[in-house]
Amino acid sequence: MTRQFKWDSGVGLLGLLLLFVGSYIGLFVAPSERYMGEVQRIMYVHVPCAWNAMLLYTLAFIFAIVSLWTHRPKWDAATTAAAEVGLVLNALLLVQGSIWARATWGVWWDWDVRLTTSLIMLLLFAGVLALRSFVQDAGKRATWTAIATIVAFVDVPLVYFCVRWWRSLHQVQSSPETVSSGMILPLRVNSFAVLFLAIWMVAMRAGLELHRRKKGLVAEPEKIESQGETSHV
Amino acid sequence: MSLLSQAMTVVRKDLLLEWRGKGRLISVLLFGVVTLLLFSFAVGPDSTLLRAAAGGFLVLALLLSSTLGLSESFRVEQEQRAIEGLLLLPVDPIALYYGKTLSNTLFLMLLAPVLTPVALILYSVQVDLEGLAVLLGLWTLAAAGLSAPGTLYAAMTSRLQSQDVLLPLLLFPLVIPVLMGAVKSTTLILTGDPMSQVGSWATLLASFAIIYWSLCGLLFPHAIEEGI
Repeated sequence: MTRQFKWDSGVGLLGLLLLFVGSYIGLFVAPSERYMGEVQRIMYVHVPCAWNAMLLYTLAFIFAIVSLWTHRPKWDAATTAAAEVGLVLNALLLVQGSIWARATWGVWWDWDVRLTTSLIMLLLFAGVLALRSFVQDAGKRATWTAIATIVAFVDVPLVYFCVRWWRSLHQVQSSPETVSSGMILPLRVNSFAVLFLAIWMVAMRAGLELHRRKKGLVAEPEKIESQGETSHV
Repeated sequence: MSLLSQAMTVVRKDLLLEWRGKGRLISVLLFGVVTLLLFSFAVGPDSTLLRAAAGGFLVLALLLSSTLGLSESFRVEQEQRAIEGLLLLPVDPIALYYGKTLSNTLFLMLLAPVLTPVALILYSVQVDLEGLAVLLGLWTLAAAGLSAPGTLYAAMTSRLQSQDVLLPLLLFPLVIPVLMGAVKSTTLILTGDPMSQVGSWATLLASFAIIYWSLCGLLFPHAIEEGI
């Protein structure tokens, strides 16, 4: 198999290393939170997942616009990869959030604005990937994935805004001023760790998608169009 | 032919088809009535609970019926490959989209005048004539909001094997702002609005409709460029 991205393994290894360092500092060095105690330490993976999930969905949206504009397979592969990895981080975010909520709020789930928005976001992008899996024609699949990604992403701020009108229990967003200095370092290290791991996974997934196209595992529009004419290179 | 007259021709075609067939409207309306009935079984015969949830049940029945109506809107175009003829005509894809979306909005608007009285009777809710007019106005905004992405997705999924599953899967999470806006405002009208919040929810419904009418109009020509 010809690898599409040779730099990705290095980024992935760096991500793993940072995750190990960040989690070590988060678990053993950083101070425990005054009210929540040890359970607060889940923040060192929870917050990085939230930031990176949002980043990946934004990237998927940008890639989708470029894919719709250029019709190049690599942008379609990048859109799918970013949406899929974003979905994985989103799912992790919800699971970690639920564990934390059970320990802190006493419930697994609450209709808080960020929780509800995260769940809707997960369902929105799961729908996009479900649509993708049902389209046989590669050209149509790329266009429709891009369209559905754009439509879904535009909805996120609207959902956030209207859920906020309900009620909010989630604690106010943290900033370096409101967080103890000992907690900032592991948070930052783990954020970069998850970012690098995400880049690695996106590169791997996009490479796989392009590889499948090349091997003809997925119908390729150029091949269909050039049937009976010259052989496609 | 200007863009507007092209779109109106599509609307006229759809309304004529609907008028001649009538099957879609009647079956979707009946589905809505059955849904309203089923919701009351979920709560039980407690009239206080039913009254409190009436707004939500009515909007959910309208939403579920709408999805059924939307998926049918492009299924009829697949019969005898009518869609291929439609795409071959010298009609601008944007006009085709807005024509279809407008006819779908009109279709969904027709659901409320029938389902609202049924809900009011089943759930023993009283509302004055002014409230009823506001309710229909709000549903018009919600119908416009549902139709915009609904028409786009109905076109995209109309030839896929699992359209019945895919359309709700794509549409339901997307239209949650419409659902929330419609449920909240309907409930406020049915149970009283001391804080005058209906206006804010109506603004939300209108914003959603404007955003998605513009966005989906831009995207639709791309969606059908390789056929449906």
